[in-house]
Amino acid sequence: MHLRKLVWREMFERKNQLATSFLAILLGIAVVVAVKNITFYSEKAVARQLDALGANVLVLPKSVSLQDYYSADMQNDEFPEEYVQRLALSDLQGLDNLSPKLSVPVRLKERGFTLTGILPKSEFQAKAMWAGAGIFSRPAEGCGTVADVPGAFRPEAKETLVRQRVIEDLSDTEVLIGADVGTILGTKEGDALDVLGRTFTVTAVLPQTGTVDDSRIFAHLHAVQELAGKGPVINAIEIIGCCKEISGGLVQKINKLLPDAKVVTITQVVDTQVKTNGMMSRLSLLFLGIIVLVGGASIANYMYANVFERRREIGTLMALGAGSVVILKMFLLKALLLGLAGGICGYVLGTVLAVALGPRLAGIPVLPMPALVLWAIGISVAIALAASYFPARRAARLDPCATLQEV
Amino acid sequence: MRLEAVSKSYRHRGHTVAALDNASLEIVPGDFVAVVGPSGSGKSTLLLVLGGMLSPSAGKVFLNGHSLYELSPNQRAELRRQKVGFVFQTFNLVPYLTALENVQIPLFLAGLDGPAQKERAATLLERVGLGDRLDHKPAELSIGQQQRVALARVMANEPEIILADEPTGNLDPETGGQILDLLEEMNREGRTVVMVTHDPRAAARAKRTLRLHDGRISSASN
Repeated sequence: MHLRKLVWREMFERKNQLATSFLAILLGIAVVVAVKNITFYSEKAVARQLDALGANVLVLPKSVSLQDYYSADMQNDEFPEEYVQRLALSDLQGLDNLSPKLSVPVRLKERGFTLTGILPKSEFQAKAMWAGAGIFSRPAEGCGTVADVPGAFRPEAKETLVRQRVIEDLSDTEVLIGADVGTILGTKEGDALDVLGRTFTVTAVLPQTGTVDDSRIFAHLHAVQELAGKGPVINAIEIIGCCKEISGGLVQKINKLLPDAKVVTITQVVDTQVKTNGMMSRLSLLFLGIIVLVGGASIANYMYANVFERRREIGTLMALGAGSVVILKMFLLKALLLGLAGGICGYVLGTVLAVALGPRLAGIPVLPMPALVLWAIGISVAIALAASYFPARRAARLDPCATLQEV
Repeated sequence: MRLEAVSKSYRHRGHTVAALDNASLEIVPGDFVAVVGPSGSGKSTLLLVLGGMLSPSAGKVFLNGHSLYELSPNQRAELRRQKVGFVFQTFNLVPYLTALENVQIPLFLAGLDGPAQKERAATLLERVGLGDRLDHKPAELSIGQQQRVALARVMANEPEIILADEPTGNLDPETGGQILDLLEEMNREGRTVVMVTHDPRAAARAKRTLRLHDGRISSASN
């Protein structure tokens, strides 16, 4: 005989009464686990969709408007390339995929195209200082970039430029061309292409995007700077910023860092994600509040009834020499077991619900999240212990004599 | 065990009821005392006060030299565990535990390990003639068997003092006689027994009898 056995036997003796409290905590935890699980994957999905839309923060020269940028894609104003370095070396959180660009007009076979200089990812990584700034290693959970989601779609390497504005590697003599450029010039991968007097090799023809990118020729930024004879300048930095940070004033912080540039954000896009994420987390909090109230009240009610029902037993144990600590432990251990069982079963049920209903409700694949089991147990045990503390204390403080009702 | 001018009163519907009224008493080790008196005379109150379960309104109670009610409730519980065994009229067995587990409770409270608890509890149940009922729950035992389990539980920690409240009150004469035999046996082993009873035949088995009336110890006879 030990305390655990005593508690265990009592729980099974009165399992019908216990069932209501167990169900309350089980269902509560299951709903919150399901909502959290679906929310997590929904945020990932939203992030992926937003990511497909491209950059959400643009750094432009002061005189250029966002409309100019999108309609003409070219402007005469430039700013120093050193701005990129300033951003990379800053301690600003929430910056992903910095993509500096310099676009110049070119004519090939009597047709006008845009030669756009970009900086490949390898260029950033080669500069240890920049890599150390964490631009490419900075985690961006649920925000602005493609996260590794098991089973989720992974982009083809050459689509990375279109989607993320980042290309791994690009030498001084290589170009990537948009779909329209390829069609109009009749150029394929591996062909040579003369641009502004330099011969480049076409390493890839990008897939059709339906945007101005289809008539672009992407080359190394420094090659374009050299060919345009403009020195180390750029005319835009595209940034995929984390929405949370953007709503937390990232734009103002970049503005402060680069006072001579104009920083604009595609607020609508950002707002969408911020609103979605906010709604999901508020929903999660609401459910959590409900289970704390309903589950907690149900457990407290059950425990008070249990203490009342077991007065004589408590009095007997006290008569046999049990101190108040033993009685307190007896009820708190029961609460702990109830919380553990509720947390584990709630996690299992919630995960099954999320995996089964996620694709139907949110249209996204949902996978189990083992990390939530600790969260579920923690919340469940905390609610059970908190709700049982006062009933347990009442039991421990019972007058042993009054409980025996034999006066 | 000594009571010095102990009074205990309750408020009941606005009236003060004296359960014990200036009661003084000394019980020497190895005594077997029967406490008799009409219902409501304070017999059970006396027993609970002696066992450290009910704080008196006035006066002092000494147990092995300790002023019982100057100790904290937890210290009194510890003293009860070591020195006192209670036998109740309604047995007060824990309904969801088997006979063996019920007897194990005081041993578990004393910190004995599982195998030692089981061994001792089984021996005690054999002694009260229930060696073949170890795994029966109280509801599966007769009234007399339940009281014998309660007696085995009392003996578990080898208490110096046994306080029995109407131990034969719910039993037929034959079973009651068996319980009294066991109490006498415990007394012969040197334990002090204080037994509240309505039953003159039970009282006659004690070494001396205290009569209570309106909370006062009115007479003592041998």
